[in-house]
Amino acid sequence: MSAHILAIDDSRTIRALLTATLEKAGFAVTTAVDGVDGVAKFQEAQADLVITDVNMPNKDGFGVINDIRQGQVNRAVPVLVLTTESGAALKDRARRAGATGWIVKPFDDEALVSVIKRLTGT
Amino acid sequence: MMDSAILDAFFEECEDLLVALSDGLADMREGLADDETLNAVFRSVHSIKGAAGAFSLEDVVGFAHIFETVLDDVRSKKLATDEALLRVLQRAGDILADLVDAARDDLPADRDQVDPVLRELESFLSTDDLVKEEFVFEALTLSFDTRDSGSEFEVSFHPSAEFYAAGNDPALFISALHDLGPCTVQVETVKLPTDLADFDWTKGYLTWHVVVADQKNDLAIREIFEFADDLCALKVHETTKDDPQPDVMSLPEEVETVPEPDLEPAQAARPSTQKASKKSASTLRVDPERVDRLINAVGELIINQSVISQRIEEASLPNSSELYGDLDNYKLLAREIQEGVMAIRAQPVKPLFQRMLRIAREAADATGKDVNLVTEGEATEVDKIVVERLADPLTHMIRNAIDHGIEKPEERAKTDKPATGTLRLTASQRSGSIVIEIIDDGQGLNRERIKEIAVSKGLISADAQLSAQEIDHLLFAPGFSTATEVTNLSGRGVGMDVVKTAITALGGRIAINSIAGQGTTFSITLPLTLAVMDGMIIHVGGQTMVVPITSILETIRPASTDLAQIGLDNQLLRIRGDYVPIIDLAERFGVTPQSASLTDRVLLLIQTESVSQCAIAVDDIVDQRQVVVKSMQGTYGQITGISGATILGDGKIALIIDPDAIAAGQGNALSAHIRAQKEDAYATT
Repeated sequence: MSAHILAIDDSRTIRALLTATLEKAGFAVTTAVDGVDGVAKFQEAQADLVITDVNMPNKDGFGVINDIRQGQVNRAVPVLVLTTESGAALKDRARRAGATGWIVKPFDDEALVSVIKRLTGT
Repeated sequence: MMDSAILDAFFEECEDLLVALSDGLADMREGLADDETLNAVFRSVHSIKGAAGAFSLEDVVGFAHIFETVLDDVRSKKLATDEALLRVLQRAGDILADLVDAARDDLPADRDQVDPVLRELESFLSTDDLVKEEFVFEALTLSFDTRDSGSEFEVSFHPSAEFYAAGNDPALFISALHDLGPCTVQVETVKLPTDLADFDWTKGYLTWHVVVADQKNDLAIREIFEFADDLCALKVHETTKDDPQPDVMSLPEEVETVPEPDLEPAQAARPSTQKASKKSASTLRVDPERVDRLINAVGELIINQSVISQRIEEASLPNSSELYGDLDNYKLLAREIQEGVMAIRAQPVKPLFQRMLRIAREAADATGKDVNLVTEGEATEVDKIVVERLADPLTHMIRNAIDHGIEKPEERAKTDKPATGTLRLTASQRSGSIVIEIIDDGQGLNRERIKEIAVSKGLISADAQLSAQEIDHLLFAPGFSTATEVTNLSGRGVGMDVVKTAITALGGRIAINSIAGQGTTFSITLPLTLAVMDGMIIHVGGQTMVVPITSILETIRPASTDLAQIGLDNQLLRIRGDYVPIIDLAERFGVTPQSASLTDRVLLLIQTESVSQCAIAVDDIVDQRQVVVKSMQGTYGQITGISGATILGDGKIALIIDPDAIAAGQGNALSAHIRAQKEDAYATT
């Protein structure tokens, strides 16, 4: 059974890229357009992994992780942070927010897929 | 293919983001920006950068990165938004738009434009930011010695509570290690509490030892722990034969999975905030071609509707026939469908106006004038084609207004005007038309100069008697402005005649209202829809023609006392104490009117731009109805006085007349006579 990925990003280009990349790799993908939408979709759909952007309107990526980790549903889901930042500061912030891992934009398709496969055990 | 579709989506998204950016920057300039505005401005640039990176658009990414860094300092209040910074941010927004455009057209970036702005942006950054900068862009290259055969590595990790809380599962790590090569897995259970009552699932009790064989180095192993090495006390080392084995409970092939943290019953339910989440998904993107096909079909439907109504009338059914009611319903529905379809094509003028903000900024910079462009009615919707075709005329007019209209600050200082000139660009919907106005508070048109130029170009004779309005309209005369007459800013080889032609082609009109010392207003009036219009069907000399309803003020059956004559064959209509010239449409088109006497005919009082009002004489009015406008330009070229054609209910083709052009032919000469007569009248009283 293919893993189900929830991809949260306010850029529709990035959403389209993620969807194309992940679907090609055999994952089922649901997208959300901002943090609030992302948390709502997370509660509706059983996601095996969440990829979230950081800078988003309404609720940022760290807020999303916080909601997931403090929530009632599937709170130990792996969450990948997708960001253009890199370096130790990001790692630290993502870690404190409860992220499982981080991917630096622009992402390499193969690396992304391999990380997701690893984190979902597929 | 997939990529090009996503690339298209990227450029579309960039348009939206650039508008958001421009809005936000405008708010910042106005001092209306709150934290959310600053965030939105930052996000726009950030999103462009992020997505551009995916397509390796290096110029966009590089510029957006510096831009974003400055904006980040602005939003964290490290930088104060003073006039100088705002100006640079505006310029940066323009450059970013250029870079996106260049990327779309697959052109190289114009470094001469980009680099100065880039340097200005950088001047706002601390060295700290810039150092971080280089660090980010530095590619990480690693070299390591590779050995012929693999060696064995022992991986030890002790997942902490945080390891689990971050969504990690040791089983997945072990399975990933297993994918690298043959593994032996052992788990150290000494820390497990002996009494189950002491067991806390959120804590980590187990330490895992995995020996992975056949590895060249530890990089692949470390990569698996990329995100979690600090959460599980990771140790990786190459084993040697005499390595002491830890005291552990050995595990067979099967890997024991650590139970996933479960829900804590005491945890309070968090109400989710779902309010705003659905909104953004409520727009539909449609290929414009589909809409165009639909519009054509609606055009046919309306023609078909008039065919049917004609047939029904010819059938001379009793008045009580229910068919009339049905026909009315049909007409109502057809109109509703037509309006609905046109609404799909309707677009707010906002993006168009946003572009003008930039044009105005550049023009102001080039001329050394202080100009504030204020836009109003940005939400006004017009047909997509109108938005596209208005860009050039508006650009030209904005440049003109700044170049010729608004005075230099020092000249403005001599009057009681503020040093900063104001240019207003407004859009509104007025009784079935869209009105776009460009209003400057400059010096007004220099009519003496315009006249001089027109005389020197041979457009008018030196002794011509022209009203102020007619002088103003000389601006639109072909050949009025030439490259030598205009400055290199507004002059791009086109004159106002091109502006007028473009607007006429859209079925619109343009008017000028200028007051010396106070400013000039250009008003563009456009029909709401392009494909279908309300027309008055008229007869002239046995021909059926259509006059656009929007230009008709009233219809008059003149009594002989309403008519006056100048010279041999110039007729005038006296209306409410004023005289307006009468233009005989039959004469204009070389057909024979049904009656020689105007009292047997109908006059259409027309509002035109060039000669204010005139009356067009026609034989009869037949009907008023919606007609589908078909262009004839492709087949017949431009015919003065005719703007298009339509197909009537009986299948015949009727020409749609262009009242403005009709009036311009004879009206000019006539109105001069009228004014001369008026002046005589004033002189004698």
